[in-house]
Amino acid sequence: MLRRTFAIAVKELLQLRRDLRTALTLIVMPVLLLFVYGYALSFDVQHIRLAVVDHDGTQASRDAAQAFLRSGYFDLIAQGQDERMLDPLFDRGAAQAALVVPFRYASDLSAGRATTLQFVLDGSDSQTATTILGYARQIAASLSPLVDVGAASGPIVPVPLVWYNPDLSSTRFLVPGLLAFILMVSSVIATALAVVREKERGTMESLRATPLVAVELLLGKTLPYLVVGFVSAGGALLVAHLLFDVPVRGSLFWLAAVTLLFLAVGLAWGVLVSTIADSQQVAFQLALLSSMLPTMILSGFIFPISSMPAFLQWLTRIVPARYYLVALRGIVLKGAGPSVWWPEMASLGVFGALLVAIATARTVRSL
Amino acid sequence: MSRPTVVARDLSRSFGRFVAVDRVSFEVAPGEIFGFLGSNGAGKTTTIRMLCGLLAPTAGAATVLGLDIATEAVAIKRRIGYMSQRFSLYGDLTVEENLRFWGGAYGLFGEAIATRMEWGLDVAELAGRRRSLVRDLPGGYRQRLALACALLHDPPVVFLDEPTSGVDPEARRRFWDLIDGLAAAGKTVFVTTHAMDEAERCHRVALMHAGKLLKLDSVPRLKAAFAAGTVVEVRCPDPARALRHVESTPGVSDASLFGDSLHAVLDRPSRRAELAARLDAAGFAPARVEAIEPSLEDVFIHLIAEAESEAA
Repeated sequence: MLRRTFAIAVKELLQLRRDLRTALTLIVMPVLLLFVYGYALSFDVQHIRLAVVDHDGTQASRDAAQAFLRSGYFDLIAQGQDERMLDPLFDRGAAQAALVVPFRYASDLSAGRATTLQFVLDGSDSQTATTILGYARQIAASLSPLVDVGAASGPIVPVPLVWYNPDLSSTRFLVPGLLAFILMVSSVIATALAVVREKERGTMESLRATPLVAVELLLGKTLPYLVVGFVSAGGALLVAHLLFDVPVRGSLFWLAAVTLLFLAVGLAWGVLVSTIADSQQVAFQLALLSSMLPTMILSGFIFPISSMPAFLQWLTRIVPARYYLVALRGIVLKGAGPSVWWPEMASLGVFGALLVAIATARTVRSL
Repeated sequence: MSRPTVVARDLSRSFGRFVAVDRVSFEVAPGEIFGFLGSNGAGKTTTIRMLCGLLAPTAGAATVLGLDIATEAVAIKRRIGYMSQRFSLYGDLTVEENLRFWGGAYGLFGEAIATRMEWGLDVAELAGRRRSLVRDLPGGYRQRLALACALLHDPPVVFLDEPTSGVDPEARRRFWDLIDGLAAAGKTVFVTTHAMDEAERCHRVALMHAGKLLKLDSVPRLKAAFAAGTVVEVRCPDPARALRHVESTPGVSDASLFGDSLHAVLDRPSRRAELAARLDAAGFAPARVEAIEPSLEDVFIHLIAEAESEAA
């Protein structure tokens, strides 16, 4: 049994080596996609157009404005001493935010009195506005515990302390999701195409006439793609680490183990697709649709599962990436061990076993 | 005679309401070249797929090498060779890689496959091109290689489904020399074809039409179904127009165009002179009617006409 499986795996690898385009697509594409989307996909807001109105005109007030500009999020577009300059700037959309430093800012600070920096925001894009306000609060808090933005709140100012992702970079949060997304899509497509190709070319008929049983055939066909997927996952993770500062705080062993399990489930999904599709074209579309949309929308990659309606929350249980993401984020961002994410991995294992059983049964029926 | 290699008893297969194979019974002896002759859709491929354990029969039974096709399909697959109608090699692998893979699929490894691979290269006459990609080979060589792949595990019986379709006549002749060699070495060859010249090379031929087995016999005996002198060739000017007159002559059946002449079957040899006289009178002089050795195609056309008139 092992030898016949091995014979198929060797054949599959030989074909992959001849078909360099496919092989490169499988290995390089995930890394490339991560590179491109990692830069494009971000909730972080940068180059915010900021106007500064300084009523105080002291060294301290200039420091406050500088702190905003030095943060890297803001670009200064106008500066003055009169609030009336702001209206036309906001109307034209030239400014997204304005910082207004009040009279007696410096004297209040030196006297130990709480003071307030007024921060004016264009709220027409509420998502962006909220993000910008968050930045402003952090910067104000860094100036002095006495400084707050918005309404004065007395001498006690809450200072948020953020764990795991201190600068609240959305990239750090999104890249693991992106990794899961890319691995899922590429592994499902690769296996679905590999199996359907045999049907389309007519070689499946001859394979069926050999003593090969379904399990040998499917194992032999998918094992090479597990190896290929694993290599490209490693490459993608390296890119995530080097370019997007995604740390790997947990154990590499567990990271490899959960990634292998996730890839195996993706392959089973691909085999299932192959039992439905008869042509490579149909297989490709089915594989793409069935892996891309659920992983994008229902895995917690972008939208938190806990804020979904109950029905959708229930539906997320058949999205493999949902389980993998918990373990992946846990391991790379928090250094969490199996005690934290084992329930998700157990669920993924059960779901994967179910997929394998259905896919094999369907293949046997078609054999 | 030793135990038959293949036994089919009322073997049937329906797809929905369409009956692809209808109560077919036959036996194939060891070492025999057994031909399944029929047009496309006659049920040849469906029968061969049932015998190879790829398709379950809906009624009837069959054994291959004494094994039941319904319950012992895997055991059968281990002991037979099968060459499907569709291209069964990987074009993006080399000759050697294909041989090694198909050997592996049948469980051949190490020393065993090395020996058999040389044998296969020899059979396919591809020893000099072992590292060529299969897609770069001419059709005739691919067909020989596919046969070699199906025989690597040295099965006593091999099923070939239209093995020479799309191959030039010379390559076809050489392929059949190979089949003769297999039979001489004691292997049973079960082959389907719709080419009459190929059927002539089979020891026995089963004529299939619309799912039914019309007749099964050796080629000379199939031809002997006609009384001596009753199959004639008609030579006259404008044979295409003369066909209608030949058909309407009493006692004449199965008239058909055959190149620049006509073939027909008479109910008795004495009709020959009558037919010639009638054609002369109808303006097709000079008409000559001569008795000929019936071809397998004549037999086939006659049997189908008979079956269809019975059905009607």
